[in-house]
Amino acid sequence: MNTAAGSPVPKMTARNVNVFYGQKQAIKDVSIDVSREHVTAFIGPSGCGKSTFLRCLNRMNDTVDGARVEGRIELDGQDIYASVMDVVQLRARVGMVFQKPNPFPKSIYENVAYGPRLHGLARSRADMDEIVESALRRAGLWDEVKDRLGESGTAMSGGQQQRLCIARAIAVDPEVILMDEPCSALDPIATARIEELIDELRGRYAIVIVTHNMQQAARVSQKTAFFHLGTLVEYDDTSAIFTNPKATRTKDYITGRYG
Amino acid sequence: MRLLIAFALVIGLAGIAYLMGRARAGRMVAAAGAGIGAVHSRPVYHGAYVAVLALTPALLVLAGWGIAGERVIEAQVLGSLPAAERPATPNDAQALMNEVRGLVRQDLPQAFNPLAPKLTPVYEAASSNGDLLAGALAVALLAMGGLWGLSRLRPDFRARNRVESQVRILLLLASAVAILTTFGIVLSLIFESLRFFQMVSPVEFLTGLQWSPQTAIRADQVGSTGAFGAVPLFWGTIFIGAIIAMAVAIPLGLMSAIYLTQYAQPRLRRWLKPILELLAGVPTVVYGFFAALTVAPLVRSLALALGMTDASSDSALAAGLVMGVMIIPFVSSMADDSLAAVPRAMRDGSLAMGATMSETVKKVLVPAALPGIIGGVLLAVSRAIGETMIVVMAAGLAANLTANPFDSVTTVTTQIVALLTGDQEFDSAKTLSAFALGLVLFVMTLILNIYALAVVKRYREAYE
Repeated sequence: MNTAAGSPVPKMTARNVNVFYGQKQAIKDVSIDVSREHVTAFIGPSGCGKSTFLRCLNRMNDTVDGARVEGRIELDGQDIYASVMDVVQLRARVGMVFQKPNPFPKSIYENVAYGPRLHGLARSRADMDEIVESALRRAGLWDEVKDRLGESGTAMSGGQQQRLCIARAIAVDPEVILMDEPCSALDPIATARIEELIDELRGRYAIVIVTHNMQQAARVSQKTAFFHLGTLVEYDDTSAIFTNPKATRTKDYITGRYG
Repeated sequence: MRLLIAFALVIGLAGIAYLMGRARAGRMVAAAGAGIGAVHSRPVYHGAYVAVLALTPALLVLAGWGIAGERVIEAQVLGSLPAAERPATPNDAQALMNEVRGLVRQDLPQAFNPLAPKLTPVYEAASSNGDLLAGALAVALLAMGGLWGLSRLRPDFRARNRVESQVRILLLLASAVAILTTFGIVLSLIFESLRFFQMVSPVEFLTGLQWSPQTAIRADQVGSTGAFGAVPLFWGTIFIGAIIAMAVAIPLGLMSAIYLTQYAQPRLRRWLKPILELLAGVPTVVYGFFAALTVAPLVRSLALALGMTDASSDSALAAGLVMGVMIIPFVSSMADDSLAAVPRAMRDGSLAMGATMSETVKKVLVPAALPGIIGGVLLAVSRAIGETMIVVMAAGLAANLTANPFDSVTTVTTQIVALLTGDQEFDSAKTLSAFALGLVLFVMTLILNIYALAVVKRYREAYE
């Protein structure tokens, strides 16, 4: 249903989004489309609002006291802030991976099975085994953990923990995966492993990744959005942003003038 | 009174020593000029150093006389009597001395022992001589200490470091008082318990099922020889404190902690949490009459309604219910702390998976906080089994070994109160058994506390 070459149907669209924390405005009039075909990266200096905006996409800002979201955000054309939208179902469709690996203090198996159990996705023990195995395979973790599924998820290395969190997110087969600086707590080797994984997952899930690291954005994403002071300064193909930015602020940022 | 004056004098003189030390150091500063290091310590430290050197020996002398003085006086007074007139037994000597003291203080109009009026002037002389001697010695030591301290002051004298270590010793002594007192309590419990265990075997005490501590006072009296099987008491304690009270406190405390940490708006939480913790500040005697006057009759009517014709007005249930309410704040504040200590990332992770708040609490937060919650519950149990007032007022005295919550049971603490109130003789097994009960209770709560703190500590390490 592509309307024009190179502009696929958006999975999520945001129009004129404003976010307030109490009196303070964190996001100013941001409009953006996110599609399944591309990995979208949000970059920008600390405090620019990129994580805040990301957390609007699965309504995680609901859990923050005093946060208020204005504007319209749609998932497949449905307004996710509408009263008919059930936040539990929304979050099952829009998964999230956090900055710091946060496996639950349960076994590896139970971590992955957590979402499927919540949403009743498995009919039998064998079903569940299959879901867990395929999620761990897709997260590239299966070979490392298949003999110790009963061990605690918190006892693994940081990189493994983060891949476990990704496996946990994809176990419920979401449509969108939001990643909030998923590699900032990891060493370079674990980071490279996650980046490979993101590339493998592309196309199957719409992936939005917030990152501090511009090289990472250049490596993993096809679309890049540059945020500054709560506004979306520029949103374009990643290659265009990094080789030929239109806004001076973007250019200053990617050339290391600030941030 | 004289001792008090001496004490005030010593303090005043130490103040003067302080001023002298400070003034001398001030002159040194004036001579050496300003600048860091010209005089090692600031004048206040020199002053404090001199004051401590002056005060310490003087206070030790006064304290020593205050503690041991009466014995010395007593020996002098009794020694003044010719050998033939001296009281034959220590008890008689004590009685005589009490009369002498009464006459001296003029709160005894007339003595029974004719010796007493004769000894009064001796006592007064010995007492005033002793006080004078102790006072003079204290002042002399004070002067010596002060002068020695003054003589040591030099620009490079490290008075600050000396005062710092003196402060450390003072703080150490302060904390030692609490610890030594605890040791003293334990020792006295152990010694009295040992006397008890010479009369009743520990095996009988710890395993016997019959508790009736009444013993005959005269040999020909009708009455039991006493049975000291403490199992019914420990059962009653555990039944009320660890079973019924916990059945109330664990669910209510845990649920209120969950509500306060996860659901309540911050503004509501700011109000509710202190109010809940206020429950811990209600005097237990107030809970006691609430249990005895309000809850116990309700429980009794309930029992009658259920068809128990012999329902007692002192029931385990009434005491246990109220005790459970009393310890809700202990459980909830520990559970609150440990739930709040679960990283927010854990909660967010679960919510982002599409879990509802209650699923998150049940499946992630409570399991993660469980060690802390268990620690809190154990501390609450230890508090509950040592609790006295509620059970004294509401639980009754009958040592029944029963699992029926409408029956009357008794607890260790209730029995200790019953055994030690009113007249007692300290050579009977009945009275001494209170100490053995106290010792066992102490050991029980000690073990619970150690274990609970270990559990809590291990949990804290997990998230740091």
